[in-house]
Amino acid sequence: MTEQLLLYPLLLQMFLAIVLMFSWSRISWQKGISIIGSFLNLGVAVWLFSHVWENGTQTIQAGNWAPPFGITFVADSLSATLVLLTSIAGVAVSSFSSASVIPSRLKFGYFPIFHFLLLGLNGAFLTGDIFNLYVWFEIIIITSFVLLTIGGEKAQLEGAMKYFTLNILASVIFLTAIAVLYGLTGSLNMADLAGKVAAVENRTLIQVNALLFLIGFGIKSAVFPLYFWLPASYHTPPSAVSSIFGGLLTKVGVYALLRVFTLIFELDTFLQNVLLTIAVLTLFSGAIGALVQNNIRKMFSYLVICHIGYMIAGLGMMTEVAIAGAIFYLIHDILVKTNLFMVTGVIYKLKATNSMKKLGGLYADQPLLSLLFAIPLFSLVGIPPLSGFWPKLSLIGAGFETGNYVLIGAILFASFLTLFVVVRFWAEVFWKNGEKVEKIRNFPYFNKLRNYKKFQIIGPIVFLSIITLYVGFGAENIQALATRISYELMNSEGYIDAVFSNARIMEK
Amino acid sequence: MEILLAIMVGTLYAAGIYMILRRSLVKLIIGIILLGNGANLLIFLLGRIAKGQPPIIPEASKTFLEAYSDPLPQALILTAIVISFGLQSFAIILVKRAHKVVKTDDLDEMNATDEYS
Repeated sequence: MTEQLLLYPLLLQMFLAIVLMFSWSRISWQKGISIIGSFLNLGVAVWLFSHVWENGTQTIQAGNWAPPFGITFVADSLSATLVLLTSIAGVAVSSFSSASVIPSRLKFGYFPIFHFLLLGLNGAFLTGDIFNLYVWFEIIIITSFVLLTIGGEKAQLEGAMKYFTLNILASVIFLTAIAVLYGLTGSLNMADLAGKVAAVENRTLIQVNALLFLIGFGIKSAVFPLYFWLPASYHTPPSAVSSIFGGLLTKVGVYALLRVFTLIFELDTFLQNVLLTIAVLTLFSGAIGALVQNNIRKMFSYLVICHIGYMIAGLGMMTEVAIAGAIFYLIHDILVKTNLFMVTGVIYKLKATNSMKKLGGLYADQPLLSLLFAIPLFSLVGIPPLSGFWPKLSLIGAGFETGNYVLIGAILFASFLTLFVVVRFWAEVFWKNGEKVEKIRNFPYFNKLRNYKKFQIIGPIVFLSIITLYVGFGAENIQALATRISYELMNSEGYIDAVFSNARIMEK
Repeated sequence: MEILLAIMVGTLYAAGIYMILRRSLVKLIIGIILLGNGANLLIFLLGRIAKGQPPIIPEASKTFLEAYSDPLPQALILTAIVISFGLQSFAIILVKRAHKVVKTDDLDEMNATDEYS
């Protein structure tokens, strides 16, 4: 039962997507199946996580081919944690989209595609084979294209063109990097590559190859100067789609960077400097970009970019404390960004506009909702004891240890600008007296929705806020998890042994 | 043979990047297709080309004795071709829709989402 446990998240999502395709025209069925299926998936993910937590890294060899010949699936603590977070975000967004996305969009296979996207995410986190990772990336991007363009509005199509071109370019660069790596080592299994890359004599080619991976994943994770597709496209689709994109898609790129640069390539001083420079510039450009925006969803898109910088900084410093900080930030960021894009969706439903100038007076209208929205907003800023504070503490501590004072400055500057942006957002949207906005006829205003739909919209925000609060107040548990993940990443022998020991058992 | 393929891969990459940098939507698609083909040929080339050497181990021995043609790159290319076929057909439909809705095929005029609003 538990031998194949790490395939269950994949199989369940694929099964769900296929079942949903069979009820193509019955939207209400799709909503029910999607929500129930997401909860099932959450259960499976919790099971996988606790199994990995207790028994260490789990592996499975597809078709019983001994590694490094077959495709390997590996669930170490990092993978299991990210699968768990994906399923948490999946439950939230599934419920949120069933009430907030209009039926004329849902009609075109929104839910099946959504579950294929989650399948791709789970697959990318669980695979232990670099070419297989490419395939999962392609599943992620092709489903995200469809989700981005469903509805076919002008802004959506324009945003999709940019998103599409740059993501395909990233895939081609990633494929090129895989080709070069295969030519140099003759292997695709990540655990096997770890040893073989170290043994290659032509270090220059390995360097170039590492940079190709960095560029490919850099475009996906939207770091400076490769992020321009993100603010051009993330504010165009329905906010349910933005929330799954903002929460998870860029984080897959970060996951791939973490995996490739801890397991396969060794970071030398040059690559470390490149990563640290990228981190500093990403922090600056994202924060300053967010400062000038008027559209609230565009503002949060820039904050997504800004906060990727923290994770890249953690990777760049490459000490155990720094990586633990980056992992903690990753956990915090997935929960908070998913939540914030849903918050912007509710604000749009309340006021029918995204413009910060026109919005206002939300606190007077909806005091309870405003207090709820304050939780993710102030977690994002990292006001202690909320969740954004703890990882920054680790990152700054690691910065002092390694003597990267410019980086510490950039981290503090970006935190301060995030605070400024969020406070301005709060003042403009919640406290300022709103203009009288003309009511749009036939617009599905939040107040006009039925009660169960209101619950489906607010429920996920409450759910994610509670988890965020837990991450903040129960920080010692999350820190223990992050430290363990960081230890496993820094000492990759455990990962390699887990992949190959399984094979030895099979031979007997 | 290898040198010819290497030059060809380089040309495909260069042409692909050049086409992506053009402003026309259709040229963008052509650029993406060329880049994809370049990457596929690169995998083929880097898998080492050995002519007429099947990857079969003689019955008497346990390992390969001579150079053999690696079957894996072909499997990889097949996967990559199928994926890029799917992406390209989606891209063509997307460009058609975008052209219909935005009413231009000049990428410089597709900047509504980047403007301050």
